[in-house]
Amino acid sequence: MWMTLANIGWALSAALAAWMLFDWYKTDTTYSEETLTSSREGEIEAVQEKHRV
Amino acid sequence: MANATTAGSAPQKVSLSRVLGPAHVWALGVGIVLVGEYTGWNFAADKGGTLAALIICWVIGLLYTSVAMIDSEVTSTVAAAGGQYAQAKHIVGPLMAFNVALYLVFAYTMLEVSNAILIADTIKSYAGDGFGDWHYRGVIATVIVVLATLNYRGVLVTLNVNFVITAIAYLAIIVLFFSVQPWSQGAVLKLGDMVTPENALPYGWIGVVAAFHWGVWYYLGIEGTTQAAEEVRSPSRSLPYGTMAGMITLLIGASLTWYICASLLPWQYLGTTYFPLLDAGKMTGSKSLEYLMFTATILAGLASANGCINDAARSWFSLGRDRYLPTWFSAVHPKYRTPYRSIVFLVPIALAFAFIANLGQAITFSILSGVLHYTFMSVNIIMFRNKWPLGSIRRGYTHPFHPIPAVVLFILCVVTFFAIFLGYGAQLTAMVIFYTLMSLWFHFYRYQYVRRGEQFTMPWPKPVGY
Repeated sequence: MWMTLANIGWALSAALAAWMLFDWYKTDTTYSEETLTSSREGEIEAVQEKHRV
Repeated sequence: MANATTAGSAPQKVSLSRVLGPAHVWALGVGIVLVGEYTGWNFAADKGGTLAALIICWVIGLLYTSVAMIDSEVTSTVAAAGGQYAQAKHIVGPLMAFNVALYLVFAYTMLEVSNAILIADTIKSYAGDGFGDWHYRGVIATVIVVLATLNYRGVLVTLNVNFVITAIAYLAIIVLFFSVQPWSQGAVLKLGDMVTPENALPYGWIGVVAAFHWGVWYYLGIEGTTQAAEEVRSPSRSLPYGTMAGMITLLIGASLTWYICASLLPWQYLGTTYFPLLDAGKMTGSKSLEYLMFTATILAGLASANGCINDAARSWFSLGRDRYLPTWFSAVHPKYRTPYRSIVFLVPIALAFAFIANLGQAITFSILSGVLHYTFMSVNIIMFRNKWPLGSIRRGYTHPFHPIPAVVLFILCVVTFFAIFLGYGAQLTAMVIFYTLMSLWFHFYRYQYVRRGEQFTMPWPKPVGY
């Protein structure tokens, strides 16, 4: 049973890896690099927290 | 505020998603650590005997309680992905931050590798002779790739899954504890026979010092809760609650684990087995308990690997966002709101280590990176309190007895380094050389690409003395 599960695991890993790479490609070709890398540290925090004591 | 989408058009700005609560923080921290009760801590018994494993359970517990308190205070203020990396950047400086991020990536990636190896070893021990290298590696690949996919799809689903499997693995320890009638020594448990005055500390107190190396494994990774700082709804509340609750959970779990295993397994065996709780389950003679502990060992490994993928990817992502590494790594998936490039990039690295390293080496690299990181934290909190004293900025949590936790943490880290040097001196030296070379590369080459003003994002007043 464990050997069969391990073989299924290989197939599942290959399928999921292929899906991630496909989704990565699709995402990178759909959106601009500026959009994808637009996250900035502290932006949300700066709005919420005024740091007034 | 950053939004993922705007109506009818492509997203203009994407950021990590704030969807987590204290329970997810608990699931991340305890999930990463709990595998340490299922394997690793018991090698301390090989170094110093069963009593040494108990002593360091509580002494290292003190180290990690200090870590949790210090971390909770600083992170409730510096709420950014990257956790201690963001702390180091704002409080110490860029070179320290770069090194801390490397410690984090190495600690979590090596821990992920250790978990995948543990799961494959556990299954191999039950699978029989036909289970060859191909099948062994199939298990490793499945663990790493399936969990990476889960992380790719979103942080909420990732940590919901972690909460469930961590809770099951923890409850399994509770079930085992009550099943062996702890109120009636001699019925099942035989602590008096297993731990005698003659074998309690077979190598004396130097054995206790040597046991520090593996004692770290009881709690290694609880500081990983801070990596979720940018994705929790209320970081100043959720992070201290989740981290402290996680530490209390682990102190109880570690003590119960020691009590069960020390009462069922002789120290010579306890110090060498890879599956102490599973073997304890076998020793009860109950097939149900054995299967429960088998399942729980695998679930604990999965929860830990899952959390490690989450944390390593956030550290790598943060480095990219500040241009410490190419900004390409700082991409966030517009639909799933995860650092998808960092997640996928680290998958082949984890697979490569898992296929070539053994469990002892992988654990040691993880421990080494972790202890380097804790040493930094003891210095960091002193600098933090000096530069921004109480009252100068808002803190979600203020840890008590400062600077005693920082001093205790520093002293225990020094002892742990000595213990690691006793057993793995070559690896310790190699790691220090590696981090030194990386620091030189960062200082003389990479830092020219960093936009120096942009990396400091916290809206704090100027530090005292500047």
